[in-house]
Amino acid sequence: MEKGKGLARRWAMEFAESPSSSSYDVPDPLGFDRSSQDLDDANGGRQKKDAEAAWKAQKAWEVAQAPFKNLMMMGFMMWMAGSTVHLFSIGITFSALWQPISALRSVGKIFEPYKDSRVDTLAPRLLFIALNLAGLALGVWKLNTLGLLPTHASDWVSSLAPAQEVEFSSGGITIH
Amino acid sequence: MAVRVCLGFLILLLHSNFSTALYEDQVGLADWHQKYIGKVKQAVFPTQRTGKKRVVVSTEENVIASLDLRTGDIFWRHVLGKDDHVDQIDIALGKYFITLSSEGSILRAWNLPDGQMMWESALYGSTPSKSLLFVPANTNLGKENRILVFSGGWLHAVSSIDGEIIWKKEFAIDRLEIKQVFQPLESDIIYAVGFVGSSQFSVYQLSSKSGEVLKHNTASFPSGFCGEVSLVSSDMLVALDATRSALISISFQSGIINFHQTYISDLLQDFSGMAALLPVKFTGMFAVKTVSGICLVRVKGVSELEVIEKFNHPASVSDVLTISGEQQAFAIVQHAETKIDFKVKLDKDLRNDVLKETVEMDPQRGHVQKVFINNYIRTDKSHGFRALIVMEDHSLLLVQQGEIVWSREDGLASIIDSTTSELPVEKEGVSVAKVEHNLFEWLKGHVLKLKGTLMLASPDEIAAIQAMRLKSSERNKMTRDHNGFRKLIIVLTRAGKLLALHTGDGRVIWSLLLPSLHRSEACGHPSALNIYQWQVPHHHAMHENPSVLVVGRCGPSHDALGVFSVVDSYTGKERNSLKLAHSIIQVIPLPLTDSTEKRLHLIIDANLQAHLYPRTRDSVNIFLHEMSNIYWHSINVGKGVIRGYSLRSGCNLDVVDEYCFNTKELWRIVFPSESEKIATTATRKMNEVVHTQAKVLADQDVMYKYISRNILFVATVAPKAAGEIGSVTPEEAWLVAYLIDTVTGRILHRVTHQGAQGPIRAVVSENWVVYHYFNLRAHRYEMSVIEIYDQSRADNKDVRKLVLGKHNLTSPVSSYSRPEVMVKSQSYFFTHSVKAMAVTATAKGITSLQLLIGTIGDQVLALDKRFLDPRRTATPTQAEKEEGIIPLTDSLPIIPQAYVTHALQVEGLRGIITIPAKLESTTLVFSYGVDIFFTRIAPSRTYDSLTEDFSYALLLITIVALVAAIFVTWILSEKKELREKWR
Repeated sequence: MEKGKGLARRWAMEFAESPSSSSYDVPDPLGFDRSSQDLDDANGGRQKKDAEAAWKAQKAWEVAQAPFKNLMMMGFMMWMAGSTVHLFSIGITFSALWQPISALRSVGKIFEPYKDSRVDTLAPRLLFIALNLAGLALGVWKLNTLGLLPTHASDWVSSLAPAQEVEFSSGGITIH
Repeated sequence: MAVRVCLGFLILLLHSNFSTALYEDQVGLADWHQKYIGKVKQAVFPTQRTGKKRVVVSTEENVIASLDLRTGDIFWRHVLGKDDHVDQIDIALGKYFITLSSEGSILRAWNLPDGQMMWESALYGSTPSKSLLFVPANTNLGKENRILVFSGGWLHAVSSIDGEIIWKKEFAIDRLEIKQVFQPLESDIIYAVGFVGSSQFSVYQLSSKSGEVLKHNTASFPSGFCGEVSLVSSDMLVALDATRSALISISFQSGIINFHQTYISDLLQDFSGMAALLPVKFTGMFAVKTVSGICLVRVKGVSELEVIEKFNHPASVSDVLTISGEQQAFAIVQHAETKIDFKVKLDKDLRNDVLKETVEMDPQRGHVQKVFINNYIRTDKSHGFRALIVMEDHSLLLVQQGEIVWSREDGLASIIDSTTSELPVEKEGVSVAKVEHNLFEWLKGHVLKLKGTLMLASPDEIAAIQAMRLKSSERNKMTRDHNGFRKLIIVLTRAGKLLALHTGDGRVIWSLLLPSLHRSEACGHPSALNIYQWQVPHHHAMHENPSVLVVGRCGPSHDALGVFSVVDSYTGKERNSLKLAHSIIQVIPLPLTDSTEKRLHLIIDANLQAHLYPRTRDSVNIFLHEMSNIYWHSINVGKGVIRGYSLRSGCNLDVVDEYCFNTKELWRIVFPSESEKIATTATRKMNEVVHTQAKVLADQDVMYKYISRNILFVATVAPKAAGEIGSVTPEEAWLVAYLIDTVTGRILHRVTHQGAQGPIRAVVSENWVVYHYFNLRAHRYEMSVIEIYDQSRADNKDVRKLVLGKHNLTSPVSSYSRPEVMVKSQSYFFTHSVKAMAVTATAKGITSLQLLIGTIGDQVLALDKRFLDPRRTATPTQAEKEEGIIPLTDSLPIIPQAYVTHALQVEGLRGIITIPAKLESTTLVFSYGVDIFFTRIAPSRTYDSLTEDFSYALLLITIVALVAAIFVTWILSEKKELREKWR
């Protein structure tokens, strides 16, 4: 019941008041010209749009360059992790692989806010992709240094069953 | 860098599971140990009050033991050395157990209650002769008791108190052979009687004080003696003549020797052939063994012999037992189909039996071989008798009041070969629930275990947990298990008995005294040789039970005819037996099976002809198809020759035999007899599985193992150095190790160890050999490893080709392609001498290997193969450390926790057998000697299963608690969210 009461108090409508209380009936204050403002709006709008496009382009480039910092950090982390296979190095390597991949998968979404008919996002996009690919390459290189890529003969023959023998021979010391 | 080093170290630690030790409470969970003594040769019953309930025995396995007469348990036991055969035993002073061993050269006294050795005397003889022990039954304690020992041509009088030799007298003159030494009761004269040559009889009378000869008489008997004598009284002997058809009674009273000849055919009407005197000591009578039976003969005077009773074979007569003063008793055991008749007679009344009992006897025990009689006083003051009976299968029984009180399966002390068999698959009718009783019991058990894990259990509960673990019905079931731990170990004993042991607890499932190896007209001295897998139904013929093949032969020589016997592994019944028309010098199980999954076997006879079994059309067809690729080799140790042969159809027999094949010598390796003598050989196990042919090194490089089943390891030593360690100088001793391909006879590798000497033990597995020998220069034992790699495959390193599968690494290889090999080897010192060596075997060969070393202390030590890696260096690089290479040390470590047998000893250890379980990580180990021991080990720990004492209850409770927690938090969060929304 209490909840119901509280609910009733939450919002109330005054139906009695007349609907004709709009501002249109009230005269504009002095010096306020509704028509000139509309004009101004059109003029300033163009300027603003230009600025926005420039800002967007700049932002897009920034976003495109962001993986570079990431790349440097990854490189540092990898150097720290060493070349032996253990939890730390594997974690870093896989995050180094996963980050570029996920970034590449969402490349459209990342550049979505900066999409504009006047902004050319192709170049930043390409840079972004290139940097991420570089990150990926770094990850793969790290994977290789850890010896986790099957690039050696040993990786392909390590579980190769022994070859069958054509001949069979048996015998030994004669039973006395 | 520090981080990296730390992490590297951590990995190294994780990799190096040096020990797979047990906790104290895990003992007996997976292992069992059974103690045996072997076939009893002699037994004496202590008469002193303290030892009344015991019997002391000596056995053919050189064991002396004291057994409990009530239960048959061992009070104490000593296993003497391999060549220290016990010849005679007796009891002196009522408290010492006297043994004469090593052909009469060692006399020892053991304390009866605890088996401690009291003294030991070495008796040096000049000529080898029969050894005799005589302990005068002197009850007068004031007088010093002297033990008379005749051995090596010398008569020694030894003090029974401290083993000091009081006097000795040489008799090794003029081909004199002393047959009996005795001292009549309360007399100072010792009699020594014997033969000079074959026809002269000689009596010496010696003073017991000084050993000087008082009187010496000889007399000759023209028709000669065969050497057997039986002492009838203190002045009379009975001997057999040279033809073994007449008895000669010899009296030598007061220096006058009289002979009297009685033909056995006069005593026994149906006598024919040869007779033998039984070595039993009776007064006034003796026992003659003839072809048809045993005959008791009373001696009334020199010329008067009288047959008392005749027992048909099989029968056995015990020694005489003195009861209450003058009365003497002896026992006769006779067979009557599945029963035995046990009769006791008194010497006063030989016609009647004091006691006659009939005992039901397991036909698988065979005939009675020996009887030892003992008496006890019943509650009504009359004499009761019990008998210790040794059966044909070497088992030991105690019979009392018409019942078998206990029995010991002592044939298991002389296992000569073994194999394994899977148990039957669990049938649908038999469900696990039947074993697990009910859910409540199951839960209770697990709650107890949980308490144990959480250390909440009281001592009583801990005991309950231990008992529950030990009698866990799961491990003793008679069905196949998922992990392959439950199997049957089928062992063949020297007595020709086959026993199936359950790996769960070592109980005997069935036993069979092989009827085909029974002595018969056609088969004089049958002996069992080996046991092989005959049929293992796997895919086909599933309705049939698996069976094993026992190969035996009718006689000691190598051209004696062979005997085959096929025995069902589940029921223990002989399926069929075969008397072969040829001899057996080698049995070769082929890697071929016929349509009913019977394994093909080639038997090579003394004429070097091969006979194929089973003798069916089908098997011949299969064999002919593969014949051109089948080779065999024989190693002649005496001549130092190894020969390789191929097979071809047709035999040089009179009758056409399509199952017989001729052999043709292809190659031979002759070792120069003046410089080399074959000491040991080793080959890979037939059923060994190798997982991979490549060995990957730390730097991603690959080495290809030379894996061949046809590899033979031969070690030869200098002929001079073939004897004991230390018999030659290091300059005169050397050891040459060979690796030989047995198809082509090619010597793959040869290495000489200067200053090394046997005994050599070797084991071959995968692509390596490990052998153990003595280094005379370093005065230490050494172990060497040789690893052999295939150099011809080494250039298969192109990744692209490997990715596309364009390589010939898996195509069949022929030994005739003569692949180049590369060898790596290394040697290490080892502390122990080795009795047996084996290597672990797993189902797929993935698990790392361990060497199982039977040490001189009769224990089995597990040593990681990684310690015997020829790539070990003193300072391994970081990469090598990561690979698991242990820094090189000059000797191999012995880690106390690595003893597979933990605190137990497998006395007289002779063999170690490894059987792969179905679980890849686990190997079953069966070691045998006088004792038998079984356990299972995991060389790399059980990485593929939870441990047996894993607390499922804890897991279950954790899961339940987690699920409950999830629900509770979910409900709480729901409520909170709703409240948030209403705010």
